[in-house]
Amino acid sequence: MAEELKDVVLEYVKNEYLEEDDDEEIGYDTPLISGGIVDSFSMVSLKVFLEKKCNIEIPNAKATPEAFDTVNKIVELAKEIGGE
Amino acid sequence: MSSRRASSGGTGQRMGNMGPYSERVRDFDWSVAEADLGYTEGDTINIGAYCTDRICAQGLGDKVAMYWRNSEGKEKAYTFDQLRLGTNTYAQFLKGLGIGVRDRVCVFMDRIPDLYIAFLGILKLGAIAQPLFSAFGPESLVTRLKDAGTVAVLTTMRHVRKVRRILGELPALKHVVVVDAVEGKLKEGETAFDLEGAEAVEQFEVYPAVKETPSVLHYTSGTTGPPKGALHVHGSLVQQHVTAKWVLDLGPDDVYWCTADPGWVTGTSYGIIGAWSNGVTQVIYDGGFSSAAWYELIERYRISVWYSAPTAIRLLMRDGTVAAKRHNLSSLRHLVSVGEPLNAEAVVWSKEAYGLAFHDSYWQTETGSILISNYPGMEIRPGSMGKAFPGITAGVLDLRTLEPIAEPGRVGLIAIRPYWPSIMRTYWNNTATYYGKFHKNWYITGDRASIDAEGYFWFVGRDDDVINTGGHLVGPFEIESALLEHEAVAESAAVGKPDVVNMEVVKAFVTLKQGYEPGDELELAIMNFVRKRLSPLAMPQEIEFVESLPKTRSGKILRRVLRAQEWGEPIGDISTLEDDED
Repeated sequence: MAEELKDVVLEYVKNEYLEEDDDEEIGYDTPLISGGIVDSFSMVSLKVFLEKKCNIEIPNAKATPEAFDTVNKIVELAKEIGGE
Repeated sequence: MSSRRASSGGTGQRMGNMGPYSERVRDFDWSVAEADLGYTEGDTINIGAYCTDRICAQGLGDKVAMYWRNSEGKEKAYTFDQLRLGTNTYAQFLKGLGIGVRDRVCVFMDRIPDLYIAFLGILKLGAIAQPLFSAFGPESLVTRLKDAGTVAVLTTMRHVRKVRRILGELPALKHVVVVDAVEGKLKEGETAFDLEGAEAVEQFEVYPAVKETPSVLHYTSGTTGPPKGALHVHGSLVQQHVTAKWVLDLGPDDVYWCTADPGWVTGTSYGIIGAWSNGVTQVIYDGGFSSAAWYELIERYRISVWYSAPTAIRLLMRDGTVAAKRHNLSSLRHLVSVGEPLNAEAVVWSKEAYGLAFHDSYWQTETGSILISNYPGMEIRPGSMGKAFPGITAGVLDLRTLEPIAEPGRVGLIAIRPYWPSIMRTYWNNTATYYGKFHKNWYITGDRASIDAEGYFWFVGRDDDVINTGGHLVGPFEIESALLEHEAVAESAAVGKPDVVNMEVVKAFVTLKQGYEPGDELELAIMNFVRKRLSPLAMPQEIEFVESLPKTRSGKILRRVLRAQEWGEPIGDISTLEDDED
């Protein structure tokens, strides 16, 4: 389940935050927020994606730039709050 | 490193460069600032040269001007002499392209060294620098480039794609310059420029700018219509220089970090000009927010003066004092904030976390420099914006009559008596709106505040529908126009809603065209649609699908009814609101 979620989130990030012809390689541990791929404002659409498309409710207090910094961290957060 | 660490954060009693506020206010004249800059009336005053050549002439050529670091840990350092040569080289290159005095040249890049060097090179040439936030999408970009009649865009491989998409709409654009070009990846008509590979230009004939020569064009959002370009002049340096010295308290031993992006006015007035005209070393960080990365940066470079924004401070607060205490932040000695009102809790927290209070400062894109602030030698009242800078006459005006309010504590419109050195000289292509900002010999800021009996200003909020999110002004008109371009949207209204971190975030109310149903998928699609077209800042963080929007009888959407609803304020008598308004 976690593996599946990882791929879904990574796919979403690639589709929504990279330009069509962007050749930047991103993986499960690529820094998204601190690396400047997703800024703290855009993070909200990622949170909405997790909530609405993956049914993972993330409390605002837990939706920090650190917790959203990589796909792996996002999946860890999802596990922690029992959203799997 | 600096040995001037503050002895007191809470009361701010340590006397800084400014000295006692009461004395400075008494006999201040802008000639004091000019003398400090080494300027005498009639001299030329080119910002590019004052920030580089002049500093080298003072014997500081070998001093580090910029420590640059990105999120991957890559680092570079540039001395003032390298800055001088780099800006000369950029100026010469642009001249070679046929770019001349008053031509608008856009810098559209992430925070890489080229951004800072090119900016000053453009000014040395006498052209007008137009920095734009690199997160802007094609629509935000085209609006601003078209209005300015921009002749050249300097950008990078990462962002040139956005420029390519809008080329057909920009007849004035003659040059697209890519500063990190990859062989074989440029399109026809694009030019590669590699500063490191170019032959350094030792001598460049700097344009002999005078105080009124245009320098920088910064776009800012309003309630109605597209963003407006606030045009600044080289003479703004006088105020940027002295406020950097007195408000930011920059001195020769400081290592300074301004967290603002040069796509916004703080990032140029104080992230480039004010620091370097004072010969101060600054740190540039090209990376997103992370409290660990930020603290590591402060520790690594021994940053002593930090100019940041309340949104960032509130994000740091979320990680607590524990995160701060994991790092050695003892180099910090003066903290200043800008962009939105700095809440009292943040001031109190910063004392706990860093042993220093953040000093709030207030100004706008149009004003070019700090106007109201808390100063090193003055008592801080947490939650207050502070007092007017020496030489600035500031007051609050009655909301209805626009007469000055003498009574302490009564809320009115913040107004400043023109003119001061860094005030914008016009809105590009929009002089009518520019003159509309003045009334009875006051410049009306559009912000509301009260003044207490001791002259401290207390911010209340905007007087219009402009949304201040994370310290950036976002115009509802631009968002609503983008929303209407989505195939499902029939009508839209964008307002600010309260947010603990960003003060306000964008919320959109939307009615749908026939055949479309509200739903999570559509909400997410519309959010991302606006984000990609405009910018992440403009993306509605919430979309409410409604059957209809409140309107006047002639069909004008009443945003303020929706805004009042979001802020839990009384909506008032709707029957009167339904009459047409100005």
